[in-house]
Amino acid sequence: MSGSKVVQDMEQSTSLLSVKNLRKYFPVRGGLLHTVQAYVKAVDGVSFEVQHGEILGIVGESGCGKSTLARLIQCLIEPDAGEIRFAGQPAMPTSASAFKAFCRQVQMVFQDPYSSLNPRMNIEAAVAFNAIVHGNSRTTARNKAWEVLRKVGLRPEQFGRRYPHELSGGQRQRVNIARALVLDPTLVILDEPVSSLDKSVQAQVLNLLQTLKHDLGLTYVFISHDLHVIEYLSDRVLVMYLGQIMEMGSTEQVSTAPLHPYTQALFASTPSMNPDERLDRPPLMGDPPNPMHPPSGCRFRTRCPHAMEQCAATSPPLLQVGSTGQYVACYLYSDQTAPPGPPLHPLSSAGEEIYRMSQ
Amino acid sequence: MAESAIIHVTQELLEGPAGTPMSYWQLVWWRLRRDTVTLTAAAVILCIVLSALLAPSLAPHKPFEGSIRKRLAPIGTAGHLLGTDEQGRDMLSRLLFGGRLSLLAGVVPVCIALLAGSTLGIVAGFMGRGVNMLIMRSMDIFYAFPSVLLAIAISGALGAGVGNTIIALSIVFTPPITRIAESVTTQVRGWEFMEAARASGAGTGAIIRHHMIANVLAPIFVYASTLVSVSVILASGLSFLGLGASPPNPEWGLMLNTLRQSIYVNTWVPILPGMMIFLTSMAFNLLSDGLRDAMDVRL
Repeated sequence: MSGSKVVQDMEQSTSLLSVKNLRKYFPVRGGLLHTVQAYVKAVDGVSFEVQHGEILGIVGESGCGKSTLARLIQCLIEPDAGEIRFAGQPAMPTSASAFKAFCRQVQMVFQDPYSSLNPRMNIEAAVAFNAIVHGNSRTTARNKAWEVLRKVGLRPEQFGRRYPHELSGGQRQRVNIARALVLDPTLVILDEPVSSLDKSVQAQVLNLLQTLKHDLGLTYVFISHDLHVIEYLSDRVLVMYLGQIMEMGSTEQVSTAPLHPYTQALFASTPSMNPDERLDRPPLMGDPPNPMHPPSGCRFRTRCPHAMEQCAATSPPLLQVGSTGQYVACYLYSDQTAPPGPPLHPLSSAGEEIYRMSQ
Repeated sequence: MAESAIIHVTQELLEGPAGTPMSYWQLVWWRLRRDTVTLTAAAVILCIVLSALLAPSLAPHKPFEGSIRKRLAPIGTAGHLLGTDEQGRDMLSRLLFGGRLSLLAGVVPVCIALLAGSTLGIVAGFMGRGVNMLIMRSMDIFYAFPSVLLAIAISGALGAGVGNTIIALSIVFTPPITRIAESVTTQVRGWEFMEAARASGAGTGAIIRHHMIANVLAPIFVYASTLVSVSVILASGLSFLGLGASPPNPEWGLMLNTLRQSIYVNTWVPILPGMMIFLTSMAFNLLSDGLRDAMDVRL
């Protein structure tokens, strides 16, 4: 199995989080007898690792399995196959107390700032709840809640006793962050934390996240569909498409020299501030295929301008290109040395330019 | 200056008194206490309940003893402050005693239905799938009948009597409460904060206690409290039809029925039990409105 090379690479380092061949299929039931009709392949053979103190950005279109991956890491749902190791230990708690201990280390910030806070619980209580669950007395928990609310920039004297509906989206998201941080976790999973916020508020929250990371020595897994946000925050980027990793590398590598045709198209499709760089047509047309019936072989081949015969037959493994630390799952790079030859099908002009830049 | 005072007051109404930490239920209680309409309604209910409970010592006469010579005395007659009924029994005493059966038939069925309905609904909402299907479809069967007709049918089948009225009304009120409980539970279960609570490492018990209960019970509770007034009226209606309390027991609905023929002889006396039914159901309605406002943090 060609994927084993990746696995070997990963075993040598002592990473904070390592995920191996993770798979999660959701059954789709239907019909009269409520039988399983198909499976949504939300996460299909994903392997990566996160080092201490880094920010790993996970990017992809909606429905590519980003949120499922977040929930798998947080152990909110059980994987069908694969392994998650946290700080060298298998992170698949079997007992309630093991899960609790795991939650002290790994915390998650949810996407929707509106439904992720209990409408009948005031801010202080919502944050303190997590501390109370982990055996703090009410007073200690409240003090901790106040302390962490101050850290996220909400004055507890003013906001502590407010209810979520009295706060703005940005303030709510700060509360969500405070709730995740009250337990002093090592790893924080951020599932699209800024997607539903205004641009200006996004910037505030992103800066807050960066400050908190430095002050508290945190490690982030940051999920977003927004490339700007990912580029701004993360050290390394992982590009997902239909439940699989397409490309992985440092933010600089991936943003300046994307290798995978999907990543190239993604970056080409972000609007530019320069009018001369306007695109005549989007580099990526249509929607991703239904994750219930993904295409054979490479999942991107149906929208890929370089699709070859080989792509329909087998799925390309995620392999390191040279020794740069940049991984790509594409047959264009299967010789692992030279950049790809000319595209088999003509790209759109902008896509072509990006493509040339990548060489 | 005045404006800032107003802002301060509304701020306080939203958040409770400054400085003291409060749980959700404490806040509800704190808000209820400053709602004069609700407090008045609660006071009226308290008066009615107390007078029904203390009827033996409050009533000036025995409720079953009357004199044919004193029939249908008007309000204000010496010795009979509220007059007498068609058999010469003291109205005040009968109204006081009547409250016992009427309140019993108003409150007890709602309590039983609240217990049964919210249990069924929360279980259905929490378990989902087959269990939900089974419970909710059985409840739908009851929806096929109008509630009054269903109550009449059940108490008719069981026979007259207050006990059977209570059973009939409990059965009538269970399906709507189940339905509310199920929909609220399903809704709350899908919210992200439930998942967030799970991600904190909290056990199912703690999640249900801290995150589920207030969100689920508040709407059920408010709905059930509106049913009390319906129940008082329905119970009186059943008695009026001869399916509830039986003569000579004093019960407001029954009294209304037996006195209705005397309405041309003495207009005001027959109206009295009707007034009591109206007052009680009105007070319960206002109380439930107040509860709803106090329990909704968004108001």
